[in-house]
Amino acid sequence: MLVNKDTKVIVQGITGATATFHTKEMLAYGTKIVGGVTPGRGGSKVEGVPVFNTVEEAVAETGATVSVIYVPAPFAADAIMEAVDAELELVICITEHIPVLDMVKVKRYMEGKKTRLIGPNCPGVITPEECKIGIMPGYIHKKGHIGVVSRSGTLTYEAVHQLSQRGFGQSSAIGIGGDPVNGTNFIDVLKVFNEDPNTYAVIMIGEIGGTAEEEAARWVKEHMTKPVVGFIGGVTAPPGKRMGHAGAIISGGQGTAEEKIRVMNECGIKVAETPAVIGETMIQVLEEHNLVEKCKTH
Amino acid sequence: MNIHEYQGKAILREYGVNVPNGHVAFTVDEAVEAAKKLNSPVTVVKAQIHAGGRGKAGGVKIAQNLEEVRTYAEEILGKTLITPQTGPEGKEVKRLLIEEGCDIDKEYYVGLVLDTSTSRVVMMASEEGGMEIEEVAATNPEKIFKEVIDPLVGLTGFQARRLAFQLNIPKELIGKFTKLMMGLYQAFVDKDCSIAEINPLVTTKDGEVLALDAKLNFDDNALYRQKDVEALRDLDEEDPKEIEASAHGLSYIALDGDIGCMVNGAGLAMATMDIIKHYGGDPANFLDVGGGATTEKVTEAFKIILSDPNVKGIFVNIFGGIMKCDVIAEGIVAATKQVGLDLPLVVRLEGTNVDLGKQILAESGLNIVPAESMEDGAKKIVSLVK
Repeated sequence: MLVNKDTKVIVQGITGATATFHTKEMLAYGTKIVGGVTPGRGGSKVEGVPVFNTVEEAVAETGATVSVIYVPAPFAADAIMEAVDAELELVICITEHIPVLDMVKVKRYMEGKKTRLIGPNCPGVITPEECKIGIMPGYIHKKGHIGVVSRSGTLTYEAVHQLSQRGFGQSSAIGIGGDPVNGTNFIDVLKVFNEDPNTYAVIMIGEIGGTAEEEAARWVKEHMTKPVVGFIGGVTAPPGKRMGHAGAIISGGQGTAEEKIRVMNECGIKVAETPAVIGETMIQVLEEHNLVEKCKTH
Repeated sequence: MNIHEYQGKAILREYGVNVPNGHVAFTVDEAVEAAKKLNSPVTVVKAQIHAGGRGKAGGVKIAQNLEEVRTYAEEILGKTLITPQTGPEGKEVKRLLIEEGCDIDKEYYVGLVLDTSTSRVVMMASEEGGMEIEEVAATNPEKIFKEVIDPLVGLTGFQARRLAFQLNIPKELIGKFTKLMMGLYQAFVDKDCSIAEINPLVTTKDGEVLALDAKLNFDDNALYRQKDVEALRDLDEEDPKEIEASAHGLSYIALDGDIGCMVNGAGLAMATMDIIKHYGGDPANFLDVGGGATTEKVTEAFKIILSDPNVKGIFVNIFGGIMKCDVIAEGIVAATKQVGLDLPLVVRLEGTNVDLGKQILAESGLNIVPAESMEDGAKKIVSLVK
């Protein structure tokens, strides 16, 4: 799994109000937050965590392998590249409203580098009862065997809540973000879940815009050895309008929910009819695969 | 953000993109003055609205003399144009572009967009100018040529030339064509465009390469560093409710249904519209109050929803994560008291402090229908507005 109870994390932009609040929340959940970075604030402390001027220094001093970014949008692309330069394994960018051409440059900069980027504009990553990195409410999650990957924050919470309430915990929940250019896509996360021995089934939550869901569905058909349940938001969204997320737009007839659902069904992914039945749909599929007992959290 | 054609052409001109001479006119007299200044044998009178398909809707006319310029300007200014992109209510024309005519030899298409599967900007070009590119993509995809652009080096000369040869641009015009492409790409990155389209791009009988139309859209997230672009915003072209919402940090999109929605999170907001539709209702809007909703934000959200005369009921769907349900509940109660709500209101609360939130709503004495789940809430609001 991408993160676990031993993962050492630094917080970029830790002195900002949102970052400070979530640092406290993450520490309370048990996440090993070992440092923070705010240029010019090195030597101070936030929630007892030491602050450094540069990511390089923070990594050298703390041995962190993961960074989470709350830096404001105009400076977030630079913050990502600084983390990549410091050779962190994983960078999770929570910041929303980053100009898309900044992200085009970041993606180019990352080519050939070892770092994996999740986000931007995402709720983060959680491995329940071990490590929470981001802004999601920790208490709705339960340790277990269902992997959840999503472009939307609150819809992830909705799906996770439905699972937990019915006694089905999660191996990890990963928000890949609502921007048109992001670091890790559905296929990257599906690969992680496919290889993880602790994940028995996966929920994939997409929305209108782009073709990432279609590409992921085709990958599932070819390579996935575990059952996948899906949901797509935006069946009623009008074309040409950005539905909150920068990436959620139907343009030139591309990116409609109908097309995504059609391809997902075709590739063997069972798509929940409404957002209220994502959990139920997962349980049906687990029954079909005789996995209910294995996945039920006792 | 969108701008008008004449504004787009002014930006492109700065980048060495060849565009016809022209002036904007807000009145009929200004239109005639502009035509006098141009002193061109043929003058084009073009309606300026933020929508395509103007020509077919009667928004573009070719005038042979100043009298005709006056006649057409009188006809088009103040007229409501209905095109496939304006919706059935159409858009009123308040500005004209008065432009010199040209002798077209052949029409082409050139456009720049972000390609999400490569995370790069892509230049698309086609010999099928004047047609909707989506139509060409559907019927003759082999007639669209693409160049994926490396952001570190930009559009290269050989890429622009390759497109020129693929489009069968006359040999003697290839230099002018590539210069235009390079200028268009530079404008796209310098101004943080999300779309830059020239349709049609034309070659003329006197050996020019000209951008006859210009459609530029901009990345809203980059407007903080594009003040000159932001200054071009025309509020007449936007829904007043959407303008009001963005001023309060709310993400709102007007739709044609009768059930107002207030939700936290874009994905859940979209899914809420979907589930209303699933149970036979029609959402009146998309509204994401965001993660940090306060009483003030919730009040503003209610006001905006209620300013839509079609709304017959409201569904509030909140999954409180970091956002606590009691805070939301207090916001709903305060807002309802302030705006004096007399429509059915269904509230579904879930997440942090949900019991406290439900208690606040129950004890408020207000006519609020509680819902146990998203499904329950959707069913209830649909039956209440029927």
